[in-house]
Amino acid sequence: MSSLSYAAPTSVDDAVKLLAGASGLAKVLSGGTDLLVQLRSGRLKPDLIVDTKKIPGIIGIREENGGFVIGAATPGAVVEAHPGLNAAWPGLVEALDLIGSTQVQGRCSLAGNLCNASPAADSVPALYAAAATAVVVGSKGRREVPVEQSPTGPGRTSLAKDEFILEFRLPPRPAHSGDAYLRFIPRTEMDIAVVGCGISVTLDGKGIITAARVSLGAVSPTVILVPAAADALIGHTLDADTLAKLDAAAQAAAKPISDKRGTIEYRTKIAGVLARRTATIAYDRASGKTNGKAH
Amino acid sequence: MNYVDSSLKVVGTRPIRPDGVDKVTGRAVFAADTHAAGMLWGKMLRSPHSHAKIVSIDTSKAEALKGVFAVVTAADFPDIPSEEAFVGEGPMNFRDLALNCMARTKVLYEGHALAAVAASTQAIADEALALIDVKYEILPHVIDVEAAMAPDAPILHDDMFTAGVSPKPTKPSNIAKVVTFKKGDAEAAFKDADVIVEGVYTTQPVHQAYIEPHACMATYAPDGQVSIHSSSQGHFMVRAYTAKLLGINMSNIRVNPAEIGGGFGGKTLVYLEPIAVALSKKAGRTVKMQMTREDVFKASGPTSGAWMSVRIGAKKDGTIVAAKQVLKFQAGAFAGSPIGPGCMCGFAMYDLPNVDVVGYDVVSNRPKVAAYRAPGAPITSFAVESLMDELALNLGMDPLTLREKNAAKNGTKTHYGPTHVNIGYTAVLDAVKAHPHWKAPLKEGQGRGLATGFWFNIGGESTAQVHVNEDGSVTAATGSPDIGGSRASIGMMVAEVLGVPATTVRTIVADTASIGFTHLTGGSRVTFATGMAATQAAEKVVEDLKRRAAQTWDIPVEAVEWKDGAAYPAGSNAGAFEPLDLAALALKAGRTGGPILAEVSVNAQGAGAGFGAHICDVSVDKETGHVKIERYTAIQDVGKAIHPSYVEGQIQGGAAQGIGWALNEEYIYNAKGQMENAGFLDYRVPVASDVPMIEAVLVEVPNPRHPFGARGVGEVPIVPPMAAIANAIRSATGLRMPDLPMSPPKVRAAFDAAG
Amino acid sequence: MAKTYVSATINGESAEFLCETQQTLLDVLRDVIGLTGSKEGCASGDCGACSVIMDGRLVCSCLVLGVEAEGTTITTIEGIAQGDKLHPVQQKFLEHAALQCGFCTPGLIVATKALLDENPNPTETEARYWLAGNLCRCTGYDKIIRAVMDAAAELRGETVG
Repeated sequence: MSSLSYAAPTSVDDAVKLLAGASGLAKVLSGGTDLLVQLRSGRLKPDLIVDTKKIPGIIGIREENGGFVIGAATPGAVVEAHPGLNAAWPGLVEALDLIGSTQVQGRCSLAGNLCNASPAADSVPALYAAAATAVVVGSKGRREVPVEQSPTGPGRTSLAKDEFILEFRLPPRPAHSGDAYLRFIPRTEMDIAVVGCGISVTLDGKGIITAARVSLGAVSPTVILVPAAADALIGHTLDADTLAKLDAAAQAAAKPISDKRGTIEYRTKIAGVLARRTATIAYDRASGKTNGKAH
Repeated sequence: MNYVDSSLKVVGTRPIRPDGVDKVTGRAVFAADTHAAGMLWGKMLRSPHSHAKIVSIDTSKAEALKGVFAVVTAADFPDIPSEEAFVGEGPMNFRDLALNCMARTKVLYEGHALAAVAASTQAIADEALALIDVKYEILPHVIDVEAAMAPDAPILHDDMFTAGVSPKPTKPSNIAKVVTFKKGDAEAAFKDADVIVEGVYTTQPVHQAYIEPHACMATYAPDGQVSIHSSSQGHFMVRAYTAKLLGINMSNIRVNPAEIGGGFGGKTLVYLEPIAVALSKKAGRTVKMQMTREDVFKASGPTSGAWMSVRIGAKKDGTIVAAKQVLKFQAGAFAGSPIGPGCMCGFAMYDLPNVDVVGYDVVSNRPKVAAYRAPGAPITSFAVESLMDELALNLGMDPLTLREKNAAKNGTKTHYGPTHVNIGYTAVLDAVKAHPHWKAPLKEGQGRGLATGFWFNIGGESTAQVHVNEDGSVTAATGSPDIGGSRASIGMMVAEVLGVPATTVRTIVADTASIGFTHLTGGSRVTFATGMAATQAAEKVVEDLKRRAAQTWDIPVEAVEWKDGAAYPAGSNAGAFEPLDLAALALKAGRTGGPILAEVSVNAQGAGAGFGAHICDVSVDKETGHVKIERYTAIQDVGKAIHPSYVEGQIQGGAAQGIGWALNEEYIYNAKGQMENAGFLDYRVPVASDVPMIEAVLVEVPNPRHPFGARGVGEVPIVPPMAAIANAIRSATGLRMPDLPMSPPKVRAAFDAAG
Repeated sequence: MAKTYVSATINGESAEFLCETQQTLLDVLRDVIGLTGSKEGCASGDCGACSVIMDGRLVCSCLVLGVEAEGTTITTIEGIAQGDKLHPVQQKFLEHAALQCGFCTPGLIVATKALLDENPNPTETEARYWLAGNLCRCTGYDKIIRAVMDAAAELRGETVG
């Protein structure tokens, strides 16, 4: 541990070179709210920490071509304060707002949350539901990938050793769209999600759901998209029958483990409960009914 | 003197606490904040296994590491014989304490310390720990209390033979002792009952979870003088335990009481101090040690988990005729669960003719249990008060009326021996009835629960000094670490007696070399016993001041009265003298007998018992099982609230701990007996958004044995909450939750089972 | 591994220190600079006792590396009062008896200042959720929240004195 090095490169190229050239284990540092805990507990023993926060553009939010671009290391608190994101993507904002505490949100980042690849990460189901993409940079250049291609297992991603995420892109929002994120935790704050659910829907002028993305967290080795749950929504209004089918699809897709935060049986049931409640909020937002916080 | 009926000017008001500014500015010094030149960092090596023989420990590589100045194992400590501790809280054996601080031949729980190092940096100390080579022979382990009692359970101690059974057993057991309390003939009396209710209840171990981890800094000087800075609930206890475990004289040890960041009973013993001293002796340098949060959970005592069965028989009109309880408390790796108080406190609120209680103190491969706020009482009351609620439902009776019908009063003989005197249980019940919460309409889906609680409170030995400085200001010194605001209340009592404003008196906590012996801060004893000593010391000072005024005026001392901080001639016949205040008398002190001070030691008797009643409203989410506390009122007889804000604070804090205990706190173990939630992420104490405002209602039935009528207040408030919440859940949902914690999966499962 | 030289502004003054990479800002504040007001309760970002304000944002100093403090502006509990003049938040904590052992108090006061800097008129619920990352085991939070609401009113000029 006393041989741990630190570098804070000021360009993408320099960062990539450091990661590619590292002889031992190199870890990217954005917010540090996962990395520092893992360092302290001894779970991770890196040789080099590459702090990406000084790379231009990696912190900040801008609008581009009708969508949003969020720098990968932007602290959660900054995302949550952005009026445009709050209006267009309240679900993503509230998901990020749920990570840890106010203090954690002063530092945590979407990239860190995604690449730490906990199946219970709060912002990830909302990112999946939003159909966000990640701009990945590395020695092979730049590539843009759907976020759901990043996590491959608990603590594992598809990123190469010399790659990191530069920014996230959110697509333009059609009219009558709304998203929401809910999680279940035993207390009211501070817990890791027992189950998390992110849903985005788009409606036509008559309240019929024309597009939907449903994502569940903490019920599988990675956060998952649930196409069957989305299919249960598309073509319908959010009536009791649709909600029941959504519930069933969510439960069917859930393949959780039993651990200190929840049992298989309990998580499966809650996946159904949250899917219904999340869909209701997303639907209401898409209908223009409410834009307030879900909790 | 007794001030219960006097009109008071300071006691009962709410001045700013004397240590407050230091605490809000970050200047207050806790043990981990101390520092000394050349200080080394001490760290502990702890067992990863829940039960194992230590085959060998090789520390040579650690000792050879550059930057390491000392390594210790049990070989560096005397192998002390079995002896009951003469100081401390709860049952304690010095040999067990020594083995708990440093394992000798066996490790008995994951986290059990077996070696320690002192190094120039924390990083080097961590590296050194990793270089210590320990060979273990892993043994089968047992965690659960009933499994530990089974005849084929893995045995922790070959020399543990169950005490309290006849004939004396010949086979070692994990049952350290059995205790029984009997009053009348419960078996026979059950036959006369119109209604009998019974239930089985379980609780899990919960930790005091003070935010400050254990910490100390120790120096063993070349002449054998030892200096310790420690955050503890009793620096005299630290001195005694350290002396015993190291085999050195107490007079060679000076313990300085640092500020303490919460204890709740968990800091009434030592874990680090003897080790830090041993390291310091070997290294020739000061050593600081602090526990990590993980260490705190894994290696410092939580309170017991328990299995309990309760049976109550009553007449149709609600009069209880018989009560029976069996309690099995797990003590962790060494004997000493609070099974005694557990057996005593469950029924102590009631006047019962026939009671039969049996309790088992059982060891298992978990950290040694330490006191936690009214040790044993919250556990037993969860069971008894839940069953009382069932009895009320069964009888179609209001739960408050059922308590009133069977309430203990002055003269009620308890089932464990003492007779209640000067108690305020019925006053507390009256306050429940009168409180708007009791009658407030419940919203749709909400439920309301009531539960009551008791703690006997203790007195004991305390020393206090009061001295008048040369400018007339006053210093009050005691030997009681301040964990709840006692510097404020002691200063206020002294100020009241002297007749001066609270700000004239500065209260300090003196170290072990500077004040007479004082029993630790626990058992809700400080305002009672140390307050008594301080009051008496102030009274002696007043007598001395009157004598000095008499001498100055050349009149008999009987002709002097003391009022509002000054001496007055008593009546016009005594002479027309201007009053002499503290400043004036202090200025002349050299001419009237020398320095003005008094020191009083007491072994305070007559600690008044405390009773409380909590009313709780909840709403329950049927689909997730989440329980929300909607409204909470905690009513308690406090005798006399010396500083009402800090009395309210004790009640609110204890209630909040009970809420955590009820809903989410528990130790979670894997199949290897290793703790899975040794951190604040998954050991779930209440956060600010989990609780509403907690209304604390102070009932004052004075305790005549205390000069101002005070009773201990700190422990009662943690006794009722779990049953109050369980009863509220029952009221909201119809579901009885007999197993703590009543976490969402359990509540949801109860809904599903009920169909 | 050589230590890194870091310069930052702490409580309005220039500060320079050397630290190893794995040392957190909390380690540096307490053990290198000697500002022991920020406390270690858990070292994993779960208790808030180490809270400081860094570049205007409330953070856990145990979740920031000392080397990351380069060029930043940091306020710790020691920088909340102005000389011997307490900040209204500190004063209200004292008046409301919103502390007992005092260990969580520095973190709570820093967190409260950050709350009121951002939202001068929080509801009780907003205050509780903002402060959810600051654990207190002594008070049950009741008097703390009262102190926060009262300090907010005072800072808005709604109370006398």
